[in-house]
Amino acid sequence: MTADVVVDARGLQCPMPVIKLSQAIMGAEAGQTIELVSTDRGSCSDVPAWVADMGHVLKEQFETDGEFHFVIEKA
Amino acid sequence: MALEAIQGQPRPEPEREKMVLIAASGDLDKAWPVLILATTGAAYGMDVTVFFTFWGLGILKRPEAGLTGEDWRQKLLSVFNRGTPQHLQLSKLNFGGLGAKMMRDLADKHKVASVQELLTLAQQMGVKLWPCQMTMDLMGLRREDLIDGLDEPAGAGSAISLMKQAKISLFI
Repeated sequence: MTADVVVDARGLQCPMPVIKLSQAIMGAEAGQTIELVSTDRGSCSDVPAWVADMGHVLKEQFETDGEFHFVIEKA
Repeated sequence: MALEAIQGQPRPEPEREKMVLIAASGDLDKAWPVLILATTGAAYGMDVTVFFTFWGLGILKRPEAGLTGEDWRQKLLSVFNRGTPQHLQLSKLNFGGLGAKMMRDLADKHKVASVQELLTLAQQMGVKLWPCQMTMDLMGLRREDLIDGLDEPAGAGSAISLMKQAKISLFI
């Protein structure tokens, strides 16, 4: 994975994956990609909802070994 | 669980959507959703204000405040309604505090951020915390009995003014 920033939210529960992602995106430049890794199943709906609402782009979303990965491009 | 310090998010654009939460309950199971929604609203870039009134004001009590109030009834109240995030009780299945302790242990085990952690996070994210002036007077709470970093105490008028402009207003 070649994301510019990786956010590890594994083990954390709602609302922390979205909070951590929002903080990482605040610190990133437009066009940079951020990969969020989470184990909270609620992230699967919460993260895409947040990304769409904030106008960023969800480039990829996949699950491996019980971990949810989201690759987001900052608008 | 220790949350690393996260800087507040400067948002220069003047008109952010507003979210107002009225925290009227001092129950652990109400304080939790209040602060989860407040921090998530801030993550959505919203201008979030939480107005703490009646039992909800206890959430803002300083842990070392101890016995508060002037009047004996206010003092008695502070003994039986201790407040502070660390001593909030469950609204049901509390079993004299055992339920609340079990819930905190479970939250810790499942890495659910505590009320205390979420309160600190909310402040770091720029959430405005308003203590209700009338509740402070009623319960004999002084500004120094409450945690630092709060907004000026306010009343129903300020809350209504804000809610009139807010996209989301919730009474919890």
